[in-house]
Amino acid sequence: MIHPIPPGTRDVLPDEMRELRRLQRALMEVFESRGYGEVATPAIEYDEVLARGDSRSGGGAYRFFDEGGELLALRSDMTVPIARLVATRYASAEGPLRLCYLANAFRAVRPQRGQMREFAQAGVELIGAPAPGGTAEVIEVLEAALGAAGLDRAVIGLGDADLFRQLLAELGVGGEARESVLARLATHDLVGLEAELSAIDGIGEEQRATCVALSQLRGGREVLDEARALGGVAVERATARLGETFEALEAAGAADRVRIDLGLLRDLGYYSGAILEVYDPALGHVLGGGGRYDGLLKRFGVDLPAAGFALYLERVHMAQLEEEPGGGEDR
Amino acid sequence: MSPEVAGAGAAGADGPLKLAVPRGALLAGTLDLLDAAGIDTSAARGESRSLIFAAGDVTLITMRPSDVPTYVEAGAADVGITGKDVLLEQADRMVYELLDLGYGRCRMVLAGRKGDRRLGESQRRLGMMRIATKYPRVAERHFESTGRQVEVIEVKGSVELAPLVGLADGIVDLVASGRTLDENDLEVREEIVECTARFVANRVAHKLRATEVDELTARLREATVK
Repeated sequence: MIHPIPPGTRDVLPDEMRELRRLQRALMEVFESRGYGEVATPAIEYDEVLARGDSRSGGGAYRFFDEGGELLALRSDMTVPIARLVATRYASAEGPLRLCYLANAFRAVRPQRGQMREFAQAGVELIGAPAPGGTAEVIEVLEAALGAAGLDRAVIGLGDADLFRQLLAELGVGGEARESVLARLATHDLVGLEAELSAIDGIGEEQRATCVALSQLRGGREVLDEARALGGVAVERATARLGETFEALEAAGAADRVRIDLGLLRDLGYYSGAILEVYDPALGHVLGGGGRYDGLLKRFGVDLPAAGFALYLERVHMAQLEEEPGGGEDR
Repeated sequence: MSPEVAGAGAAGADGPLKLAVPRGALLAGTLDLLDAAGIDTSAARGESRSLIFAAGDVTLITMRPSDVPTYVEAGAADVGITGKDVLLEQADRMVYELLDLGYGRCRMVLAGRKGDRRLGESQRRLGMMRIATKYPRVAERHFESTGRQVEVIEVKGSVELAPLVGLADGIVDLVASGRTLDENDLEVREEIVECTARFVANRVAHKLRATEVDELTARLREATVK
């Protein structure tokens, strides 16, 4: 008899589990060897607490009442629960905290799209270490994790979450207009972006071209000079920040995989400063992401800078399979 | 961002860029544009039943226009060309829209029977219009954003049939010359949006094959202006 499970969830059978465990062990070894201690948090939290961390998504996608009438939610990532944990359990801790996790998270899915409602993440959070050193450390760990997973061709995109917000403020674009421009940038709808910018009074041909050109700048170090040539205070600030991070990475010998990408925007509400995305040529989807969220801990009452990343385990596993010699061919 | 696992394909860092080309109404304009951009499309112009054609430094993959976002999102094609109507209807597909190619211009409209007051009457007396369309999500968004209630009926074939036989009060459909509407005794009541062909890219290919994607975009932009 067939007993269904909800779409977007799945069973794992021994052959796959064996490989997943191997991948998990390899990643956790990297995290532990760099001083990151593993933590676990409950899959279910108070909705109000999760919503505090990410007001934009308003807490979890799956909410329900407990027997006492409290509104509970399933976590949608580990960054917010760990911010909550740090504020509660390490409120007076000194020096940077290094935490890592291996956990399932839950997100809403759109029907018929093969999206996962429940998915596994492996990641780290570095709390109390500001940019650029903290950012560089997190990228180094990510770089080592990708190496341990055998994804030698994987690439880390490095961008700046504040660039366009500040650039638009500098150009005097605020309110609804700014939000709709940012929405176009986040989805990389360049046709829509040009149209939005054209519709704003006070944005000239030149400024429009600058915005569009900036969003397309991606590559090695030279990108920072190309950006600087386009001018502006916001650009200067973002490129200086990215430059410092990149230098710290070069000094640590961990810059090889990193591509600077000024058009990078992630849709999670809590990012500030550096943002990261991970790609592998074998897969059309992003393998993971992260960045700085210097304002997140403050929402929980501890004002500490923070950065981290999460890898989607199932996708990393999929990329591993494709990267095996002949892996993508005979399946 | 939420992880989408099914349908994840190889973005392919090696070999020529894979370009998804729409069959049907956009095909001729697409091949002409590619020729103008210096991509030899002669192989794809013949009577061949093949679906994949080599064209110099790119590989052309031909498919239904509505499949283009699917292939590009998954990375099975690195870049692609399709109509804005398709992109609007599949707005949840994460593809980068890089360029308005200008051809294949048509309008998404609300149409009803000539001289027929049914659309307005249904709205007034039943509080609801019945709209047949191949673009249910575009239609829903349009009526929602204009504060009207509708029952959207999705049909796959000739939408013009629906109001003629009483399945719906009106239709939301794509109109190029307006001849099909006219011949079926229908007329445009509202214009929703103008659509043209667009150049789209997979987000990973856009990052990992940046130089090639940018170079192709520039060539297409130049050919579009010509």
